[in-house]
Amino acid sequence: MSVDVCKALAYRFEPLMVTAERGMLAFFAQATGQPDPVYSNLDAARAAGHPDLPIPPSFYFSLELQRPDPLGWLTALGIDLRRVLHGEQSFTYHQIAHARDSLMLRSRVTEVAVKNGGALELLTKQTSVTRDGQPIAEAVTVIVVRHPEGRM
Amino acid sequence: MNALPPIEAGTELRPLTIDPISRANLALFAGASGDHNPIHIDLDAAQSAGFGDVFAPGMLSMAYLGRLLTSWVPQERLRSWRVRFAAVTPVHARPTCTGRVLSVTDGLAALELEVTLPDGTVTLTGDAVVDLT
Repeated sequence: MSVDVCKALAYRFEPLMVTAERGMLAFFAQATGQPDPVYSNLDAARAAGHPDLPIPPSFYFSLELQRPDPLGWLTALGIDLRRVLHGEQSFTYHQIAHARDSLMLRSRVTEVAVKNGGALELLTKQTSVTRDGQPIAEAVTVIVVRHPEGRM
Repeated sequence: MNALPPIEAGTELRPLTIDPISRANLALFAGASGDHNPIHIDLDAAQSAGFGDVFAPGMLSMAYLGRLLTSWVPQERLRSWRVRFAAVTPVHARPTCTGRVLSVTDGLAALELEVTLPDGTVTLTGDAVVDLT
């Protein structure tokens, strides 16, 4: 089943206020084999000039997943999660953010594209991250929906 | 900010090779990253989606690339980066992250990034902009 483009572009994500807890960032550092103590040890972070543990570059993707039912937008658009792959990801930064910062995430679907004669659909989701109204980062996710049966 | 090593077009970052990705690594990353998609941790779910086995999420490789970058320059110098997930990273794979400076213009270094497996498979390609000023 192909994605309803109008429905996708009109999909409303609730704004999400999130905080990265220190323990969460230390766990992420452990799970990614990060040996730099700046990302897991508060003293090391402060010695490097950070007010708290820095949020590592790709962790904004994980912040978005703190949304209740984080993949709900895909199922709401009728997409079978078993057909979904992560195609592309990008981040742009304005300021570094840290553990305990209150961050506001606002997301929207910006594009739906059909590739390979309908065998693939590409959904682009853009998320802005702000702290006290000031820009922190933007994240762009391209989700690939496979239609292995071929052309629609 | 701290002094940087000499950086110019052609500078290569010291490659980062990761130990083989175990099923335990995948389970830990699912918990730590918040991505609980079962195709990365549950063999039954992976097979029902047409995969022979579980495989690493692209964001795990992107996190390794992030380590490559932040071990090279302090994170606040990273302005932007982008990756394309080109191939699946199977469980037990041993990825290597590489980066190379393509150009330096007005204090901004443009890099190309890659994650490869020992058999030559390129799993991620990407680029980054790093502020050297």
